[in-house]
Amino acid sequence: MIYLDNAGTTKVDSKVLESMLPFFSDIYGNASSLHSSGQVAKEHLEEARQKIASVLNANADEIYFTSGGSESDNWAIASACKFGALKGKKHIITSAIEHHAVLHTLDEMKKQGFTITYLPVYENGIVKVEDLKNAITNDTCLVTIMFANNEIGTIQPIKEIGKVCRENNIIFHTDAVQAIGHIKIDVDDMNIDMLSLSAHKFHGPKGIGALYCRKQTPLFNLIYGGAQEKNRRAGTENLAGIVGMANALEIANEEIEKVSNHETILRDKLFNELSKIPHSKINGDKENRLPNNFNMCFEGIEGESLLLLLDDYGIQASSGSACTSGSLDPSHVLLALGLPHEVAHGSLRLTLSKYTTKEEIDKTISAVNDVVKLLRKMSPVWDELQKGERNHVI
Amino acid sequence: MLYSEKVMDHFRNPRNVGEIEDADGIGQVGNAKCGDIMRMYIKVDKQSQTITDVKFMTFGCGSAIATSSIATEMIKGQKIEDALKLSNQAVVEALGGLPTHKIHCSVLAEEAVKAAVKDYYDKNGIEYDCSLYAPNNCVCQHN
Repeated sequence: MIYLDNAGTTKVDSKVLESMLPFFSDIYGNASSLHSSGQVAKEHLEEARQKIASVLNANADEIYFTSGGSESDNWAIASACKFGALKGKKHIITSAIEHHAVLHTLDEMKKQGFTITYLPVYENGIVKVEDLKNAITNDTCLVTIMFANNEIGTIQPIKEIGKVCRENNIIFHTDAVQAIGHIKIDVDDMNIDMLSLSAHKFHGPKGIGALYCRKQTPLFNLIYGGAQEKNRRAGTENLAGIVGMANALEIANEEIEKVSNHETILRDKLFNELSKIPHSKINGDKENRLPNNFNMCFEGIEGESLLLLLDDYGIQASSGSACTSGSLDPSHVLLALGLPHEVAHGSLRLTLSKYTTKEEIDKTISAVNDVVKLLRKMSPVWDELQKGERNHVI
Repeated sequence: MLYSEKVMDHFRNPRNVGEIEDADGIGQVGNAKCGDIMRMYIKVDKQSQTITDVKFMTFGCGSAIATSSIATEMIKGQKIEDALKLSNQAVVEALGGLPTHKIHCSVLAEEAVKAAVKDYYDKNGIEYDCSLYAPNNCVCQHN
């Protein structure tokens, strides 16, 4: 099996898994208990918190454990909105290409009377800081813009965005689920007030994540109950998950340059070779993107067929197409780049990891060539393009 | 699994793919914007009004390809009047079911067959009952 869907989820690093196992057997105390088992658990909990804080250049008491990226996004937005509403400010700025965990939370805020500005991303998939400046009003209470996009990997000018927010005294939240562990993040230097992260995107376990919230930024309660997470999110901590996440992040951060170089070489090979397929297009900025993200469109074919046939070659890929999710609409991210619907349907996302090998990439290049050829041969759209009855878009 | 084994079989090994150069009828339905286009070619024996050959080309997801493929098998060798009775439910059943959000693919397959027959009728000046065809594919005088 060739696994190229690491933006979807990653394999747990064996060292991470090993570090988690004692928490299912020997160290099973409840971190809220006063007895020594509980206190040992508490020590590990706080050590994990400190590790995560150190990677982000934050303080340990600014890290809140959650169940993952979606929860962190929901929490950050709901909390900032609650604070905004108290001050009579009900305007939010975001980008057109956010993850649904952000977009659907904002839909809910809309129902509560907030207005939302969606910044465009242009053909390269990157927002313009000028647009942000122009969108800010006296009512703006929150700017939430993702660090790096999950489909096309483009990296936003986070530090500049944060600076504008700081100057205007607006809370800045970033969904860094795809970025963290892949690129260096310093919340202080980058003027970030709130940041969401999820362990399973950097070879940690699923079902565990964190929200960074700057000390000066208000954070309202999410779950009522016990005193966990400074009374803001009750519930006995998932200690095995938390320890796994902290170790995974520490490893990812140590390996960041080595892995980034490895992935960039393989990704660029994919781009160079697969760009030779006529009427294909790289989606999103070619340079300013995550080292492990490949996303291209091939005219005249549809993404789901492409994925299913690649699966027959043992290649696990993903598509920007929402076909499998039950919608007829292609990805909102690709549409935001200005791609027409018919082209956006034919997208392929390959996301690499430190485990991806050159041999796997060579096999993938060959398989994608075969499958695109096969599907184009049976495509009436491609037939019309060939006969000049339809104009090429890419 | 998203799809039944039968769907995957027709998707992986589509029957009757390609075009018929001297087709007697060609029908094309769907649009690229929605992500599905089916084109069907039929060859008709005029004396017996039998579909002697059928081929298809499809742009679309796995189920779009599978429904086109099985529809060609279901109408090949059939009298035209019988081919016109092919319903999308029959296509779904023959495939051992489709996920709910893919049912529209079977509707397209039914429409593609009808569009090809209608094209054959039009080319040969044969009169037909407009109500048998999907509204989009039938521009009759009443419209």
